[in-house]
Amino acid sequence: MIFKIPLATIESLTTFARIFGSHQMKFVSMSMIKLLAFTLLVVFSTSISFASGDNSTEKEFNVGEMIMHHIKDAHEWHLWGPEHGGTSIYLPVILLDEGMKVFSSKTLYHGELKSAIDHKTHKTVTYYKGSGSAEGYGMFHEKIYKLNNGELNFEDGHVHGNIKVFDFSITKNVLSLFFGAAIILALMLSISRFYKTNGAVSPKGLAKFIEPLVIVVRDDIAKENIGHGKHHKYVPYLLTIFFFIWINNLLGLVPILPGGANLTGNITITFFLALCTLLMTLFSSNKNYWKHIFATPGVPIALMPIMIPIEIVGIFTKPFALMIRLFANITAGHIIILALISIIFINKNLAWGALSVPMALFISCLEMLVAALQAYLFALLSALFIGAAVEEAHH
Amino acid sequence: MDLVTPDLGLLFWTGLVFSLLLFVLTKFAWKPILGAVNAREQKISEALELAEKTKVEMKALQSENENLLKEARAQRDSMLKDAKNASDKLIEESKDKAKLEADKIVIAAKEAIKNEKLQAMSELKTHVAGLSLEIAEKIIRGELSSDEKQKALAEKMAEDINMN
Repeated sequence: MIFKIPLATIESLTTFARIFGSHQMKFVSMSMIKLLAFTLLVVFSTSISFASGDNSTEKEFNVGEMIMHHIKDAHEWHLWGPEHGGTSIYLPVILLDEGMKVFSSKTLYHGELKSAIDHKTHKTVTYYKGSGSAEGYGMFHEKIYKLNNGELNFEDGHVHGNIKVFDFSITKNVLSLFFGAAIILALMLSISRFYKTNGAVSPKGLAKFIEPLVIVVRDDIAKENIGHGKHHKYVPYLLTIFFFIWINNLLGLVPILPGGANLTGNITITFFLALCTLLMTLFSSNKNYWKHIFATPGVPIALMPIMIPIEIVGIFTKPFALMIRLFANITAGHIIILALISIIFINKNLAWGALSVPMALFISCLEMLVAALQAYLFALLSALFIGAAVEEAHH
Repeated sequence: MDLVTPDLGLLFWTGLVFSLLLFVLTKFAWKPILGAVNAREQKISEALELAEKTKVEMKALQSENENLLKEARAQRDSMLKDAKNASDKLIEESKDKAKLEADKIVIAAKEAIKNEKLQAMSELKTHVAGLSLEIAEKIIRGELSSDEKQKALAEKMAEDINMN
């Protein structure tokens, strides 16, 4: 049942993305195919989780749960083995609750697995009750709450009545973010050192590989869309955003430790990046930009009451489309790969690997293309929006 | 729903990491990299410009050289011509002079010969006159060696005079 909500949300958001991202039609069509696959898979995995049934005593392999568990954030880095009692790296939990509290997530995962009855649906839900230094906290779906009288209360499948504490934990995504940042820093600083020691020479080694990308961002993204003379101060931002998204996208495709987190497919990340572009657009906007919003040239005054709200909404829908596009593309990629691998486990037969492995391999290769494409698109559209904000009136 | 709900903690860390990344990369990576790339591009475009300029200059220089060469050739030709003229003239002149000199010499020689001849003639004449006088004396002496002969001569002379 949990999948009903994200499904509906994804569909409506997809429509948004399609409408407001229409200036990139050729990319949208690709995203659409993927979103369709995403939707189908969510439906598919939901039906499987239904089929497995509640009354079966043996713990069934639940594809939907596994996939959802993977694409969401976690307080542990699960390596192998079953969900409870498998091998995991327990990450530090940092809570802001009457001062800062830091403890290992092991105290939550290896605390008490408690059951509670939902007050409305009367179904049994399970959550982790912290022990040791995590005493007094409970975790349900990776969200940490304060316990009331030693327990969590549920209504409609949600925690109700317990305070959700400010959670600044180094979660799986935060750690992945650190890895990504470390890789980008190591890569770029070593290239920067190459130029510092060798001066303005033709590039060699890593610099030879990265320099064309830097030039693409500078010339084809910034200069092309922002306009001559004005693009210089936006190039560092666009370069950072391009490499940040690209490297983290690729890192997400690596199935073992430094990678495997669904970082760029997390709405928080894409929300933050889109917010940066929005703020960048607003803070660099000139009079002409606002004139186009509040007094669009060539529009009759009678239409202004309609046009002005539309234009104001338009300010936000553009970065909103950026947020959804990146989130949906990367999440869909992760879901497809996991679903294809799951074919083996659903059928409990290794022979299905002959089908699922080549398909997963193909999608993985496609995802590598998508990783670069989405990074390019995000930077390109950011440049386009900034370009519209700094554009001078044509007279 | 939590799939599409931004999480505050992750937002905080993302903001922190991304801001730091933006700052550090801008200061220590993008600026040096873009600086080097720009400098190189400028260097290349300058070099290309210089090459183009040099090419034009070379062309100008080449045409100048050609002109110079042509001029030099023309000068050489004219000099050769002049020299030839001069030598011709010199030869002509010297020929004329030589001829004149030769003529002079011939004339002088002729004069000298004539004088010599005249002198020789007069000498010869005197000599001949002397000889003839001697002969005449001898003859006369012979003629006048006897009375009869003196008489006969006188008669003959008288006869000649008479006849005149």
